[in-house]
Amino acid sequence: MPGDGRPHGGEREGANRRGGVRVACTIPNERGGCMTEAGTVKTVCMDADEIERSLTRIAHQILETNKGAGNIALVGIVTRGDLLAKRLAEKIEAIEGTKVPLGKLDISFYRDDFATHLAPEVHSTDIFFDLDGKDVVLVDDVLYTGRTIRAALDALMDIGRPATVQLAVLVDRGHRELPIRADFVGKNVPSSADENVRLFLEETDGKSEVEILEMTPGSRAGSAPLGGE
Amino acid sequence: MAFNHKHLIDITEYSADDIMTVLETAVRFKEVNERRIKQVPTLKGVTVVNMFNEPSTRTRSSFEIAEKRLSANSLNFGGSSTSTVKGESLVDTVETLCAYKIDMIIVRDKHAGVPRKIADVSGAHVIDAGDGKHQHPTQALLDLYSIWEVKSDLAGLKVGVVGDIGHSRVCGSLIPALKIMGCEVTVVAPPTLLPARPDVLGADHVTTKLDEVLPDLDVVYMLRIQRERLEGAPYPSLREYNMLYGLTKDREPLMRPDALICHPGPINRGVELDSYMADHPKRSVILDQVYAGILTRMAEMYLLLGGSEDGLTA
Repeated sequence: MPGDGRPHGGEREGANRRGGVRVACTIPNERGGCMTEAGTVKTVCMDADEIERSLTRIAHQILETNKGAGNIALVGIVTRGDLLAKRLAEKIEAIEGTKVPLGKLDISFYRDDFATHLAPEVHSTDIFFDLDGKDVVLVDDVLYTGRTIRAALDALMDIGRPATVQLAVLVDRGHRELPIRADFVGKNVPSSADENVRLFLEETDGKSEVEILEMTPGSRAGSAPLGGE
Repeated sequence: MAFNHKHLIDITEYSADDIMTVLETAVRFKEVNERRIKQVPTLKGVTVVNMFNEPSTRTRSSFEIAEKRLSANSLNFGGSSTSTVKGESLVDTVETLCAYKIDMIIVRDKHAGVPRKIADVSGAHVIDAGDGKHQHPTQALLDLYSIWEVKSDLAGLKVGVVGDIGHSRVCGSLIPALKIMGCEVTVVAPPTLLPARPDVLGADHVTTKLDEVLPDLDVVYMLRIQRERLEGAPYPSLREYNMLYGLTKDREPLMRPDALICHPGPINRGVELDSYMADHPKRSVILDQVYAGILTRMAEMYLLLGGSEDGLTA
């Protein structure tokens, strides 16, 4: 990981020594990593400070692109994007003194893999303001295939008619399957398809970091379950 | 929280967790039903057949709206136009339907057990929309939803089910469902309207005296007096029934201040309920039950048709 201040070779053990890994990590494997339900932790690619700095930068970029906070609305995709959107809203308020409308979107009913993967829990969509004419910034944790964003765009259009929709993500891990790109990116993290990139947040997981996990058979890429593993 | 059911036929096959999954998923459909565009693409390309072999307006409309709001393609099949009238057997009819490559059949039939038979021969998902005097599980789930929404916890609630227990398929699902959720169930009916073995339904208490139990009840579930099913006069007159078993304004002082009134509809005003109680702004959840029918039926179709394996992510 260039730029994260840690040597390449020591990533797996380094992650362990950081102490942030792992409450849920109890089964050491032969490679010194830790097994979780989602896979083996290979590396921590963003720590709490890096996440914070990225969000501060994204908040500034959103304001720059939209020439202020006047017409912006933030909509986070559950289960992590909504928390990031909340943090971004706080930062925008701190910078501009404007409270921007904040909503959250659950895309379970819009998924294209509904027939094979039923969402174990459908979360709520709460958008208590009029989307019509707004410059909506969709917020998600990890941009991967683009299918979540495709679903989120459909969901947004059913709820209202925003003037523009922009996309902010904390991590872009590549492997797009659809013509979708983010307008604001916290960090580009090259990854392979057999890895899982997951964001953990203080609010729900007791720690804030982005981890690259080696997927175990049966696990799937996506947001970490609420409340951690 | 794995939901592993292919059909909704017998409510007793569902655990308390399964039922809670349906209720919690139904809450999520509320937001969809309050939008300007009340439709999500979830069941796009899925074909649902509404096979109603017995007259039904409310249940069928409710299913049709739920299907449309999930973007399913629906086909109404049944009534006097069915080929059963021309002598085709049920199995042949179902096999014909299956040759259309359909995904789900919603069945209402006057004979108990038909939904199970259809599930056995069809390979499609089956939802029982009421079979004979047997079960009506989607009604039970919408009833639970309406009660849960107000009371927020079903366990320990004292629920009275009043009226025509013997002819009621609503009871056949409702009473077991209430028991699964930990409610205490009292059945109130004249002896002539009780089934031969009321204990089979699983009620905790059976009584003929409404006024004695009314002060204890958190929920009073009034059943419809089914005039079309009554032969042999189980009570002398509708007026006498109303005096002894009707939930009337005169009985309100006996009720707990927070007791709810439910009714599966359609109401016979002046028989099992008077207008004061049916329209009671604080107690009556009868119209909420109608809305809950849309929400829970959307949730049932969503859960039954989705996910061939356990998903790990939301």
